[in-house]
Amino acid sequence: MERINSIAKLKNLRIRLKENISNTDRNRVRVCCGTACSAQGSHKIVQAFEEESSLKGIGIEVVKTGCQGLCQKGPVMGVEPYGYFYQKVSYERVKEIISKTLSAGVPVRRLLYRESAADDPIEKMDELPFYKKQVRIVLRNNGFIDPCNIYHYIAAGGYAALEKVLSSMTPEQVLEEVKRSNLRGRGGAGFLTGIKWEYAKKAHGKLKFVVANGDEGDPGAFMDRSLMEGDPHSLLEGMLICAYAINARYGFIYVRHEYPLAVKNLTTAIKQAEKLGLLGGNILGTGFSFLVDIRQGAGAFVCGEETALMRSIEGYRGMPTPRPPFPATEGLWGNPTVINNVETLAQVSYIILKGADHYRSIGTEKSPGTKVFALTGKVVNTGLIEVPMGITLKEIIYDIGGGIRNNRRFKAVQTGGPSGGCLSEEHLYLPIDFESLADVGSMMGSGGIVVMDEDNCMVDIAKFFLSFTQKESCGKCPPCRIGTYQMLEILEKITSGNGEEGDIERLEKIGNLVKSGSLCGLGQTAPNPVLSTIKYFRDEYEEHIKDKYCRAKVCKGLGVYRIDGSECFSCGLCKRACVFDAVKETKEGFYIDRDCCTKCKACYLVCPIGAVKIGGRLIPWVVPEQCEGCSDCVHACAVQGLKMYETGNEGIFIPWLSDPDACVSCGKCAAVCCSGGIVLTTHVEEAKQRFLTKRPKGLVAEDEKKKCRLGMTDSNDFTLAESERYQKDKYTIDKKGG
Amino acid sequence: MDIEEINVEEKIGPVGEILKEEDGKLSVLIHFLQIIQSEEGYLPGDSLAKLSKRLGFPLSEIYGVASFYKQFNFKPRGKKVVRVCMGTACYVRGAENVLSGLKEEFDIKEGETTEDLRITLETVGCVGCCGLAPVATVNDAVFGEIVSKKVDKLIKSIKE
Repeated sequence: MERINSIAKLKNLRIRLKENISNTDRNRVRVCCGTACSAQGSHKIVQAFEEESSLKGIGIEVVKTGCQGLCQKGPVMGVEPYGYFYQKVSYERVKEIISKTLSAGVPVRRLLYRESAADDPIEKMDELPFYKKQVRIVLRNNGFIDPCNIYHYIAAGGYAALEKVLSSMTPEQVLEEVKRSNLRGRGGAGFLTGIKWEYAKKAHGKLKFVVANGDEGDPGAFMDRSLMEGDPHSLLEGMLICAYAINARYGFIYVRHEYPLAVKNLTTAIKQAEKLGLLGGNILGTGFSFLVDIRQGAGAFVCGEETALMRSIEGYRGMPTPRPPFPATEGLWGNPTVINNVETLAQVSYIILKGADHYRSIGTEKSPGTKVFALTGKVVNTGLIEVPMGITLKEIIYDIGGGIRNNRRFKAVQTGGPSGGCLSEEHLYLPIDFESLADVGSMMGSGGIVVMDEDNCMVDIAKFFLSFTQKESCGKCPPCRIGTYQMLEILEKITSGNGEEGDIERLEKIGNLVKSGSLCGLGQTAPNPVLSTIKYFRDEYEEHIKDKYCRAKVCKGLGVYRIDGSECFSCGLCKRACVFDAVKETKEGFYIDRDCCTKCKACYLVCPIGAVKIGGRLIPWVVPEQCEGCSDCVHACAVQGLKMYETGNEGIFIPWLSDPDACVSCGKCAAVCCSGGIVLTTHVEEAKQRFLTKRPKGLVAEDEKKKCRLGMTDSNDFTLAESERYQKDKYTIDKKGG
Repeated sequence: MDIEEINVEEKIGPVGEILKEEDGKLSVLIHFLQIIQSEEGYLPGDSLAKLSKRLGFPLSEIYGVASFYKQFNFKPRGKKVVRVCMGTACYVRGAENVLSGLKEEFDIKEGETTEDLRITLETVGCVGCCGLAPVATVNDAVFGEIVSKKVDKLIKSIKE
């Protein structure tokens, strides 16, 4: 590699390389070597291609690219010069690809993408519905070039923006262009990048720093990772342009240590750029110099916050500090520092090359440009996508993502990771940008989109995110440290079936306190998942608390377990799975003994045909002919809802619920009853109807309860036959299910 | 590893010219902790003591930094480090079941190591293969789409 010492030489090099590298009439395969495809064996494919090509003497150029996006169908690859896009390739198919496609130009049909088995296969990448609606600016080179080869990047038009900046623009003009483009930080808060740069430029201090924030810790987000792995030079170019604009000499890239491939590719990229004279001192002979070093994070989510990130680079515990002073005026070691997200910096070279006006024509007025999202969860096609701002969630989920898996019903979509919120069906048509998401209680975040279907419990999801932020809270601000802990305890209580009235209000109160009383973004946004799920899925919280029922059947310890006798084929797996011996066997089949059942879900999970059902709440059922009138249940009732009523037979009293909606299904009444006069049933609606319509006439006064005496009733209000029927039902429910 | 021989100046790099000596040394502390961790598998007390001498920081300060970050361990870890991804995508597709299956099989909790120092079980925020959820990694190998039936397969390959 020879050092390039003038701008003209870089231009010449690009022209030469373009002829060589970018021409598309050669035999070339571009194999995705992103994390997901690598995990599915793409390196074996590369190896097989290299072996086969040398064996058969066919010239095949194998390009190991970064993430191509369609992770769900990995490993994926493109074959040139025909432009076929293959998915789910395995190394055994390499020979077939060579003999059919590379030698004869015929596509291997079984490797082509199909919408469904009945549809015609789609040959070209751009024609796939997954790619059709995407606008790839940041990811323009991802999946196309070899990230470890700087020549590929230059041939694809790389460093042309740097060339333009150094040859024909003053730092002020660069700053003006970025400001005019309205580029907003892609890290989550959406601060205007140009303004940030301007602050740093105007700040006093002879030394200035540029820091790229690649500490992407959100669970379910891998945009920055894919970018750093697949196109590290575009990040370097963005940093160079920023450094030129604000007159910085040093830069750091802060990467998570969990991303070893990103660190490796970035290191290679820096070395190659230094060798070519695109980094270091006297860049391209212009006298401008900029040095970049990598710092690896050590596994602390809070270090994604800018002040904490700086503390971590300086070598301290990564705790945030109050702002102001903002990093732009007082950053690393007290010097003005621009901290931008990796994705933000990768947009800069495009803006410089195409101009701010063109950039503003993409996306919405307030949030121009594109955003990279990691689309995951229960959608058909998961992967990395780049879409213009202002696109609706429906387009992302149904057009690009291909809808919900297994034809389930859409329930919610979570944006912004642990700082964001859950949105419901009503937001599907919401155009996404920074403001619109914030207005509905979520946020852009770094760009994770997790789609959830009816099998996901929203309370559980809120608990999941909160347990993440609670663990990651650095502990500096008590509202965040203690508040998240308390909120998590309440959520634990609710999901384990011990929720109480008032818990939702408590969560809201603490959540708002945490939001207002924390220093950094982590604490200020930590309650978002809880508050937004309460806002849009309050009925689910109420169901957990009042009915002790989780409709998604995720939470353990909730609901009533029973075996559906009509479906059960008596395989006995549930009986074996139950460690509490709650599954009992009778001549008629299996049933679950509620007294022993701990609701651990073992039987539910093990049943191969789904005959174990988890039902809703329980409600008492009075069996007058068994009742001895002792009124123990009345005293035991948790909400004092049960009262003794006199029946049609004078002097005979039975317990009755005057307001069945008040019942909390605690089951204490049935537990204390020694005669079987009051039992629990899952036939909630019928029982409620009975309580409301067939109430006995006389309510017994407090002091007259003692007068109650034993005896059967033959009241006209409910016949023995009718009671028998329900009792039989109850028996069927318990013993057989059904 | 020989802590006496580490080249502090080289790691600090050109930015060292403009920093105070102490600031420069502190800025590479985490890097050296990472090196010790990757070579020894954990941070042994005597290595930290040596590092404290070499860099000239009190040992308490080094422990202060090391204990803040999740990456660092003060106890020896197992030969095979099994990390179950608990990212959102994995979670909604049932990572909990994978974790509980492994916990049961090896009789350890997350963050613990088996007594024979063979296996360490950990959870991780996101591995970045959300397309393959639920995911677990064994050392550097990634296992994807671990539905309940595949948990046994995973356990088998861990035991090998």
